[in-house]
Amino acid sequence: MARQSDEAFFWMLFSAGGVIAAILIPVHLFLFGLAFPLGWLPAPDYERLMSLVHMPLVRVYLFVFCSLPLFHWAHRFRYTLYDGLKVKHLNEVIFALCYGGAVAGTVLAAYLTWTIA
Amino acid sequence: MADKIILEVARYSPEQDTKPCFATYEVPVHKEWVVLDALNYIKDKVDGSLTYRWSCRMGICGSCGMMVNGEPKLTCATFLSSYAHNGNKIRVEPLRYFPVVRDLVTELSDFLVKLKKVKPWLIRKDTVPLSQGEFLQTPEQLDYYKQFSMCINCTLCYSACPVVGLDPKFVGPAAIALAQRYNLDSRDQGAVERIAVLAHPEGIWGCTFVGECTKVCPKHVDPAGAIQQYKLNAVLDWLTSFLMPRGHNSQDVKP
Amino acid sequence: MRQEIVKAAPAYTEFHPRWYRAPVSVYWWLGQWRYLKFILRELSSLFVASFVVITLLQVRALRNGPEAYSRFQHWLQSPWMIALNLVSFLFVVFHTITWFNLAPRAMPIWVRGKRLPEFLVAAPNYAIWLVASVVIAWFVLR
Repeated sequence: MARQSDEAFFWMLFSAGGVIAAILIPVHLFLFGLAFPLGWLPAPDYERLMSLVHMPLVRVYLFVFCSLPLFHWAHRFRYTLYDGLKVKHLNEVIFALCYGGAVAGTVLAAYLTWTIA
Repeated sequence: MADKIILEVARYSPEQDTKPCFATYEVPVHKEWVVLDALNYIKDKVDGSLTYRWSCRMGICGSCGMMVNGEPKLTCATFLSSYAHNGNKIRVEPLRYFPVVRDLVTELSDFLVKLKKVKPWLIRKDTVPLSQGEFLQTPEQLDYYKQFSMCINCTLCYSACPVVGLDPKFVGPAAIALAQRYNLDSRDQGAVERIAVLAHPEGIWGCTFVGECTKVCPKHVDPAGAIQQYKLNAVLDWLTSFLMPRGHNSQDVKP
Repeated sequence: MRQEIVKAAPAYTEFHPRWYRAPVSVYWWLGQWRYLKFILRELSSLFVASFVVITLLQVRALRNGPEAYSRFQHWLQSPWMIALNLVSFLFVVFHTITWFNLAPRAMPIWVRGKRLPEFLVAAPNYAIWLVASVVIAWFVLR
């Protein structure tokens, strides 16, 4: 029974992260990954971005933006490895790597957004 | 349209072969012939030993499912004319992921055991005397589960689902959709009894929403949707049990 | 090999060695477009994760001061990063579209005894996506 509840919990994180990733990542990626480096749009300077991250709400936003999509990745990538490579026998290792990565990223996000201001 | 079509049919004789091979047959094409008609032609006129299942030839019995050019199809509803553009060649194989008994006949007891495990029948906690009459249901209550009740157990969805092939223990699309058909029925009280099989790593959590089960379903059942809906309910259920450890209603999702 | 397949099957079919069980190839998803599309959809999560890592590096660069941040900006301008972000962008948009289109199947909405058509359930997702993107772009570019 415990394992079933775990699956529900991980699936909840997966879908919450999926929603966040679907709505927020494309615009972030377009601006910071393409438009600013390629000079399509004027990039905000350091002071402007710092004034943004000084707002507590922006830091909470950044934390959620980083954490939940990592759990989305952990779940999806775990199953892609199981099915796409037929390596279900490595279940525990894959599980530890995926969720370990997501937890590490979440801790890092918490530390960075907490200490930046 | 050409008047002949080439059928490549998988043949497997358990007494003689270690693996299936293909036999090629030339079949005349009549207007509005389906793949099943072509197979019947072969059996009647060319090779009487060809073995396959069929019964109603009108998409109701669900026994003539086969792989047609790599896609799970009811052969009684798959017209030869739709393959005229494909070099006039049709490859017919037994449904994927099932053990093959002979030629195009698959072994279904695996599916039947899984189906029985989810208890696809009305379960009542109370015993109401017959004299009280029927359990009444409004048209709206019927609509709520009707889509999932259209399943004819043809097992095309199992052949479309890679998880079925990769994990033989996976309960599978049709069985979960039929469980959900009863969970959503206003007369049923058995949702709690189905949880152990459904909310399990080999039940709904095994599904990765490939979605092909829904695409191949000849009755538009949408098993993939049924599974995701159950997942969402399982999460809400988990949250409720977390917030209110006592007195929540597991998977009771009726209108 | 044969032994392995028999073991993988449920117990009650174990004693029928004459039934033919086709092994499932590791490359089952390569042959047909519909399955390849599924694997690509799932792999979009890799690009979601890689962009989160880039964002974490960006926050770290901001935290380390103006010089660190300008180094980070230079790094993003390298051809490799542009290429990665271009591919990532396509995958992430693919994720968004498939996610929104599949959502109505998991969340049927019933209004007065009738199930809402799927596009009516999906449409608000697209509206939210558009509004959120505009608001974020406005915030950053202001």
